Amino acid sequence: MTAQLQRHWRVVCRYDDLVPERGVAALIDGVAVAVFRTHDGAVHALSNMDPFSGASVLSRGIVGDREGRPTVASPIYKQAFELATGVCLDDPGVVVATYPVRVVNGVVEVWSS
Amino acid sequence: MRTVVVAGHGMVGHRLVEALIGRDLQRQWRIVVLAEEVRPAYDRVALSSYVDSWDADALTLPAVLDDRVELRLGDPCVRIDRRKRTVRTASGRRVVYDALVLATGSAPFVPPVPGHDLPGCYVYRTPEDLDAIRVAAQRAMQTTAAGRRSGVVVGGGLLGLEAAHALRQLGLSPHVVEIAPRLMPMQVDEGGGALLRRFVEGLGVRVYCGRATQAIEPDRGRMLVRLSDGTELDTDVVVFSAGVRPRDQLARDAGLSVGERGGVLVDAGCHTSDADIWAIGECAAVEGRCYGLVAPGYAMAEVVADRLLGGHATFPGADTSTKLKLLGIDVASFGDAHATAEGALEVIHNDPVAGRYAKLVVSDDARTLLGGVLVGDAEAYGTLRALVGAVLPADPGALISPSGGELDAGALPAGAQVCSCHAVTVETIGTAVRDGATTVPALKACTKAGTGCGSCVPMLKKLLAAQGVEQSKALCEHFTHSRAELFEVVAATRIRTFSELVAKHGTGRGCDICKPAVASILASLSGVLSPGSHILDGEQATLQDTNDHFLANLQRNGTYSVVPRVPGGEITPQKLIVLGEVARDFGLYTKITGGQRIDLFGARVEQLPAIWRRLVDAGFESGHAYGKALRTVKSCVGTDWCRYGVQDSVGMAIALELRYRGLRAPHKLKSAVSGCARECAEARSKDFGVIATENGWNLYVCGNGGFRPRHADLLVSDVDTETLVRTIDRFLMFYVRTADRLQRTAPWLEELEGGLDHLRDVIVHDSLGICAELDVAMAAHVAGYADEWRGVLEDPAKLARFTSFVNAPGVPDPTIEFVEERGQPTPAHRRPGQPVLIAGPTLTVVP
Repeated sequence: MTAQLQRHWRVVCRYDDLVPERGVAALIDGVAVAVFRTHDGAVHALSNMDPFSGASVLSRGIVGDREGRPTVASPIYKQAFELATGVCLDDPGVVVATYPVRVVNGVVEVWSS
Repeated sequence: MRTVVVAGHGMVGHRLVEALIGRDLQRQWRIVVLAEEVRPAYDRVALSSYVDSWDADALTLPAVLDDRVELRLGDPCVRIDRRKRTVRTASGRRVVYDALVLATGSAPFVPPVPGHDLPGCYVYRTPEDLDAIRVAAQRAMQTTAAGRRSGVVVGGGLLGLEAAHALRQLGLSPHVVEIAPRLMPMQVDEGGGALLRRFVEGLGVRVYCGRATQAIEPDRGRMLVRLSDGTELDTDVVVFSAGVRPRDQLARDAGLSVGERGGVLVDAGCHTSDADIWAIGECAAVEGRCYGLVAPGYAMAEVVADRLLGGHATFPGADTSTKLKLLGIDVASFGDAHATAEGALEVIHNDPVAGRYAKLVVSDDARTLLGGVLVGDAEAYGTLRALVGAVLPADPGALISPSGGELDAGALPAGAQVCSCHAVTVETIGTAVRDGATTVPALKACTKAGTGCGSCVPMLKKLLAAQGVEQSKALCEHFTHSRAELFEVVAATRIRTFSELVAKHGTGRGCDICKPAVASILASLSGVLSPGSHILDGEQATLQDTNDHFLANLQRNGTYSVVPRVPGGEITPQKLIVLGEVARDFGLYTKITGGQRIDLFGARVEQLPAIWRRLVDAGFESGHAYGKALRTVKSCVGTDWCRYGVQDSVGMAIALELRYRGLRAPHKLKSAVSGCARECAEARSKDFGVIATENGWNLYVCGNGGFRPRHADLLVSDVDTETLVRTIDRFLMFYVRTADRLQRTAPWLEELEGGLDHLRDVIVHDSLGICAELDVAMAAHVAGYADEWRGVLEDPAKLARFTSFVNAPGVPDPTIEFVEERGQPTPAHRRPGQPVLIAGPTLTVVP
């Protein structure tokens, strides 16, 4: 791992602080990022901004799946976003940003570019 | 603009106004309605329900609000001058018409027996008639010994039996005298009449068929009714319901032709012998025949509306089929019920033990259905009536035997009428379904079918199924169950987690539809399954919508609003001050809600615990504004202050709100209690509304405001407090158990097979035998209630979720901005370009 990479991984929280199938919001270099832990243990990070309402709320949506693909539903108008890609499954033209995320020694980190 | 004068504002006259205003897009006509009665058009068919509430306004038909309509109440037309095309009203006003429509209805026929005009003799036609009968009944209560108070109804037809029911409700023993050999001679045959009589007598009504009323004599303050066979009946009240006669005097005086047996003679276009004058409804004799039902009258109104606008509609003839519930007994008759057609055969199934009589009239080859009579069980009515004139799909005997196969709705001919109230055919329904109306509510909206008497709603469901429309009740892709089915699964299996439920009974990991629905079911059942639990315990927290998850209402900018409970809308000055101080200190926008409480807007997620610490310390608790749960029980001030109140509405509202607070339901629940019939609390717009009476309480259910307003229906009347609360307990628990997700009580009732009668049967008469269960469930809810916000404040793990950023807990969300509007903070993003006020220093209070 290079020095440059290390500089861009930002600590979010301990993995054990993430509740399965629920999100948290983290402030990464001034930008709100929603971090989710799914049922199978995987971790995903998306922009926290709901593009339909302009409110910073995606971390507070309900996590589930559509045809097997893990999703979060915006708590405002309920559109579902695929956690892995950020694609809105109700309006595929709309995509929210996704962030690389990893767990190192029990700590969740998000890549900030 | 031309003027049409409508003489009469009954149901048919009103229908004409509706139809004409609805279709006259070029505004060709103004309408002057001259009404005899002092109240606007009301549902006379439902007159008997007036005895339940004594609220005449409940019968009022929706007004036509349009500047082209002038309604003159209590000022009937008394004279027609055909030469000058003018009418004169009782008050002396003259109105010039271009067209005149007579809709004067009919008058009760009072047989000219000696004594028919004694005080104590009444007819059964208007709310005023019923008021007078009520006064007479009350007088009998004071002057006649218990056990002897009685009323005689002359006439054993539909109206006579309704009158008998009314007398019974007023505390009198009813006697019914009918000159024909059986009850309801027009609708039912001998066999059906015999069963009907047994039912009616079982309810304490004495029946005297085949006897005429000969004389009525005064008898020591009461009356003596002598019948033709020598029977003498002591009575306090006599009610005549021996049929009606068309009111055609205006037409006779004007020299218009009248029918042989009365009625203004009109052709199939509803024209009288004067080209500018029309007649519709019960006063009209269409090609010589009068109709005493509302549906043919409506058809005539539609004909005239069409013709006034240049159309050529003709009266299609009338379907005199009827299905009704009299004193709780199903009676139906349709088509050629009395087998008058040549060679007609009768197929009869008569089971006096089961209380079921059915007769089909078929053609001489037994293949075509001509008509029929059903008494005791009229469930097959919808299908059978639609089949009249069609080739029978099965052996007629099999169709009416109790084990008879279900009729295939797909076998109905295209022209068969499904809804006789609005003349909707199978074909029309089929077209609507193909055009995308694939649910019963959608069909109701676009065809009007099922919006009259509602008896064809089961038929609509069958037609949808016959068209291959699958009425999927699956909650979402994860569960094939409806919410009601999932509720039963959870109750029966006692599964307490979503993960176990979806693993055993569903697929996948759930979504924003099934998770909150299951969370709600778990919460509704928590009193029974897991007493003492909190909606944010363990996995359940992850199922909750953001509102329930943060116990506050998410607003468009990502902040939340806070609504503490103010039971019944009663609040002390000290608590009001606390609310004001909290709002001031946290920079919140305040607004009074429609439910008589105070909403505090603009709280960030991390502020919620500190806000609630202050509120809980001051004695507030969660108001569940965020939940699909009981919201508020509104009240007026009642007897404590109001000069008119007859009961303590505030006390009752508080008691009800405290009893049902926290109850999770398929949708939000609202309620109100009014202290008198003036109804200042607007209880009839609520899911359950209580209105005080002098004798107790009336309970109305399944009303709402909102997108599709609906007035609540009277469920029970004049009950004591204990009965009231027990009935509401069961109503709520039955709703919680059986409604669909996000289905409020009004659409739930509309879809409930059997409607209000069924609901009453279930929760008042315990027809399903579930009342004990419902009572236990509600008792468990009441015993298990705890304030959800107090539960959060006492649990550090739950409190920890209320952070803005997991890696920067004290930092407020930088995207939340406010501007000042009318002296208060409001979200900034809606007003770009204005100065932005970042939440002030007092906002960052975190415990």
